Amino acid sequence: MPNLGQQISSKNDMIPDWTSQEVSTGVSTGAAGPWRTEAYIANRVTDKLTPIHDRIFCCRSGSAADTQAIADVVTYQLGFHSIELDEPPLVETAANLFRASCYRYREELTAGILVAGWDRRKGGQVYCVPIGGMLVRQPVSVGGSGSTYIYGFMDSNYKPGLTKEQCLELTAAALSLAMERDGSSGGVVRLATISEDGVERRVILGNQLPKFSTH
Amino acid sequence: MATLTVTRPPFGGFSFENSKRNAVLEGNASKMGFNLPPARKTGTTICGVVFKDGVVLGADTRATEGMVVADKNCSKIHYISPNIYCCGAGTAADTEMTTQIISSNLELHSLSTGRLPRVATANRMLKQMLFRYQGYIGAALVLGGVDCNGPHLYSIYPHGSTDKLPYVTMGSGSLAAMAVFEDRYKPDMEEEEAKQLGKVDYIRPHDEANKKGVRAHELEAVHPTGDYKYKRGTTSVLSKVVTTLDLELVEESVQTMDTS
Repeated sequence: MPNLGQQISSKNDMIPDWTSQEVSTGVSTGAAGPWRTEAYIANRVTDKLTPIHDRIFCCRSGSAADTQAIADVVTYQLGFHSIELDEPPLVETAANLFRASCYRYREELTAGILVAGWDRRKGGQVYCVPIGGMLVRQPVSVGGSGSTYIYGFMDSNYKPGLTKEQCLELTAAALSLAMERDGSSGGVVRLATISEDGVERRVILGNQLPKFSTH
Repeated sequence: MATLTVTRPPFGGFSFENSKRNAVLEGNASKMGFNLPPARKTGTTICGVVFKDGVVLGADTRATEGMVVADKNCSKIHYISPNIYCCGAGTAADTEMTTQIISSNLELHSLSTGRLPRVATANRMLKQMLFRYQGYIGAALVLGGVDCNGPHLYSIYPHGSTDKLPYVTMGSGSLAAMAVFEDRYKPDMEEEEAKQLGKVDYIRPHDEANKKGVRAHELEAVHPTGDYKYKRGTTSVLSKVVTTLDLELVEESVQTMDTS
C-alpha cells in the first residue's frame, strides 16, 4: 500500500539573514512499502513555508506529518503567548518553542526546521532547529536532503550586506542547483521576504528557474 | 563511442519492461488457441476534484481480503456532515471508524458553534487524531466539502500529514488516477466535466476481469451502478433430484414485533 508515510525530506531551505529570506521547494515524496522504497510524488506543489505568526515563518523538512503537527502546536503556543504579552512575539521565542518540542520528543520525531522572521528587537533573524533539537542562530542556513549540494555554493557566494534583490537571486539560484541534483527536491520554488513592512510571497515555477548547465 | 550502462535498482512508477515480452507471449498463446489470464487488480482507488462550485468525490466499490473480493459493492464515501464527505482507503475498519468518530464530534461541535461545520475543521480533527496514533491507524482519506468559504479538498495520510489541493487521489490505484488527473484537469470546470473526470471509469482498463460498481458522489446524490448477477447456467448443473415433502399445515399464527 503506497503512501504509508509522507516525507518532505527532499526540501532544502536557505535563509540569508539580511531580510530573513526563506525559500523552499515544493515536493513531497511518499516513501512506503516494507519490501522496497517507492518514490511517488504525493504533492508536487507543497508549501513548506508555514506562517507561524504575522512576521515569523518556518521552513519544514523531514516527515510531513511530524512537521505539520509541530508547526500547528507552535502556532497555537505563540499566538497565546503573543496575546498574553499584547505585543508581537520575538523570533527567538518562536525558535525556542520549536526547540522545546523537537528536543523533548527527539526520539519520536523526524523534523528539521528553520525559523525565520522579523521583530523589533533584533530585526531579521534566522534560527536553525535541526533533527535532535539543537537551536542556533545563523546568518545563513540551509536544510533538507538537497542542502548538502549547496553548502559550498552558499559559503562562497554569501556575503553580509547583500540587498534584498541579491538575496532573493542567491536563494533562487541555490535552490535551483539543489533541485537539479537532489532527486527528492523539485517542483516549484517558494520565496518569502519578511521585513518590518510585512511579508511578500513569491512562487517561481519550474520553467522560470535560473538555468545552470554542466551537461 | 562507448556508452556506460549502469544497472539501476527498480524505482517507482510504471514499469514497461515486460510489455514486449508479454506481446510475444500473447501472440504465441493465441496461436495455440488459448487466452492469457486477465490482469488482476486489488485495492482501492479514491479521488477528488474541485470544480467551479463544489467538489466531486469518486471511489471504487471493491473490498478485498487478501486475494479474495470480500464485498463487491461497498461504499467508500463516508458521511461526515451534510456538507462534508470523506473517501477512505487503507484498512476498511480504520477508515470507517475514524470517519464516524470525527462525524460525531463534528456534529457536536457544530451544535456548539451554531454554524455549519467547515472542511478545515474536519481536516484538523482527522489529522490530529491520526498523528496521535503515529500511523497505526491505517486510514488514507480524501476529504471534500463545501462550506461558507467555498469548496475545499484535502488528502490526509495515515501518519497525519495533509495536503490541500485542487485534485487528489489515494489508494493503490492512485498512480493511475493521478495520471488521468494530471493530463485532463482544468481549473474551474463545470460539474459534468468534473464528474466525468472523477469517474473511476478511466481505471477500468486496468481491470478487465470484473465490471465494478462505480460511485461518483457530489454532495447531492449517490449514483451506484454495476450489476453482478450471474446467468443461469454459469455453473453447469450435472443432475437434479426433486423430492416433495408431504406436509400439512397444522397451525398458523402471526406475532408482531415490538418496534416502538
